[in-house]
Amino acid sequence: MQAHQDLLVNVSHLTKKFGQQMALDDISLSIRANEVVALLGENGAGKTTTISHLLGQLEADSGSVRLLGHPAGHWAAKQQMGVMLQGAALPDNVTVIEQLRLFASYYPDSQSLEQVLNTALLTDLTQRKIQTLSGGQKQRLLFAMAIIGTPRLVILDEPTVGLDATARREFWACIRALAAQGTAVLLTTHYLEEADALADSIVVLAKGRVVAEGIPAQIKAQLGGKRVCFRSTATPTDLKTVLPHCSASRRGDYLEFYTTTPEAHLKQLFAANLVIQDLTVSGISLEDAFLQLTQQAGVVSPFPLQQEKTA
Amino acid sequence: MNISQPAPLSLARRWTILQLETKTELVKTFRTPAFVIPALLFPVMFYVFFGLLFNAIGGHPGNAAKYMMATYAVFGGIGPALFSFGADVASDKDKGILSLKLVSPMPVSSYFAARIFTAMLFALIIIMSLFTLGAVFGEVTMTHQQWFLTLVTVLSGTLPFCAMGLFIGLSVSAKAAPAIVNIVYLPMAFLSGLWVPIHLFPASLEMLANVFPAYHLAQLTLAIQGNDSGAPWYLHVAALVAYTLIFLGLSVKQFKRVDNRH
Repeated sequence: MQAHQDLLVNVSHLTKKFGQQMALDDISLSIRANEVVALLGENGAGKTTTISHLLGQLEADSGSVRLLGHPAGHWAAKQQMGVMLQGAALPDNVTVIEQLRLFASYYPDSQSLEQVLNTALLTDLTQRKIQTLSGGQKQRLLFAMAIIGTPRLVILDEPTVGLDATARREFWACIRALAAQGTAVLLTTHYLEEADALADSIVVLAKGRVVAEGIPAQIKAQLGGKRVCFRSTATPTDLKTVLPHCSASRRGDYLEFYTTTPEAHLKQLFAANLVIQDLTVSGISLEDAFLQLTQQAGVVSPFPLQQEKTA
Repeated sequence: MNISQPAPLSLARRWTILQLETKTELVKTFRTPAFVIPALLFPVMFYVFFGLLFNAIGGHPGNAAKYMMATYAVFGGIGPALFSFGADVASDKDKGILSLKLVSPMPVSSYFAARIFTAMLFALIIIMSLFTLGAVFGEVTMTHQQWFLTLVTVLSGTLPFCAMGLFIGLSVSAKAAPAIVNIVYLPMAFLSGLWVPIHLFPASLEMLANVFPAYHLAQLTLAIQGNDSGAPWYLHVAALVAYTLIFLGLSVKQFKRVDNRH
């Protein structure tokens, strides 16, 4: 554990309710210097709500948020960080260089325009008006605006949503270049692949709770599991005695369980001589993996288990 | 890694930000001819038609041209204020441009000050065009002091309309804003006697004009040349200050309700 002042972001026990709905439930999160952290989750998992608290746009019901040693939204914190908001647009009729110069003036210690253009792959586009840029180029300009103040921390909310594969890769290169300069990055995404490609650590959010966190390899192992399903007269309790670490559930005539080591578990299952018919082993979507993690975390799903099939 | 201690923005830096912000606003606006041309042309064109041509035909140039130069200056001056705040703030708010600026270290005052400067510069261009037309073609004669006071009054009189525009911009969507601004702007201009002198109105309409800030600004400007309807100048000033404060108060309330999470 490093010294406390190395924590650029320290969120502890953050809780927020919108009306009756729990938007954030006891979120704790920390980011150190030089670290790239991905906040991974589906739409509505609470990623943007968490970011809004970090930016001081929303006030927490309880818990604390500190950035760079200051409360969220404090000017001294703002001076040392850069932000890309989700779905933010840019003004028309302004050129790339004009927009960058304007944002550079906001910071006491801005980088050279040349360097920023270079990092954001915008060098050839300086005189272009913003409305003539492609989606990927606009995102990179927003990125350039986020890094122009030589920030110690950059927050990127869904930076690659709506980009095609090439534009996404280009954007990844920009984030990597930034991280290589030693800037801490917090990015949100709903692509496991993206979090895996960029982050030093991943925090998985589902329904406003942190359901998993760790290095990408661990998260991938947890989220990259398989669903094993078969028809059987055995009960979930029978299965529990065979595979103590799996929690099975019944769906009609079928039993199903989730595993990250299907080969080993199937071997044990066959050895136990249970009635097994119509066996399928299938990869699960990220969405199902989230649900799985959510259930492991003991969060009550708002949907009865039976309806998950339609999800 | 570059570690610099955060420091509050110095006055010099705030001034730089304000300059750049204003420059960017101006550049953006002047690259939108569809806004610039009507905004500059309408007051000038109306003044030529009603203030100059009609009067020349009637055979008494001079006083009417002077009267209408004041009221069309008010008409031309409040338009950019209403649109710069009403339509442009609404668009910045909807696009998330405002949110991005608010989470940056930019002082929020520079954003609004830059808009005020932009609106005033527009007003200045319009007023100077009307002055030139009036002096050259309308045989308008006033003392230096009267010319100067007219200019300063109309320019500073745009402030209540900046506040009104701001409230509209923060309250409605970008799509609705230009229409709402026009619904406020055009009827108010007519009913405040900016197009047709207020004393030609029926008495009831002349009474009604008192509810419009544009009427008070017009009366204040007309008082400089002795063509006002007679109420003391400080009542008009008080009405304009009151309008400014009311709309600023409403705007602050609305500003807090703006959903920043774009």
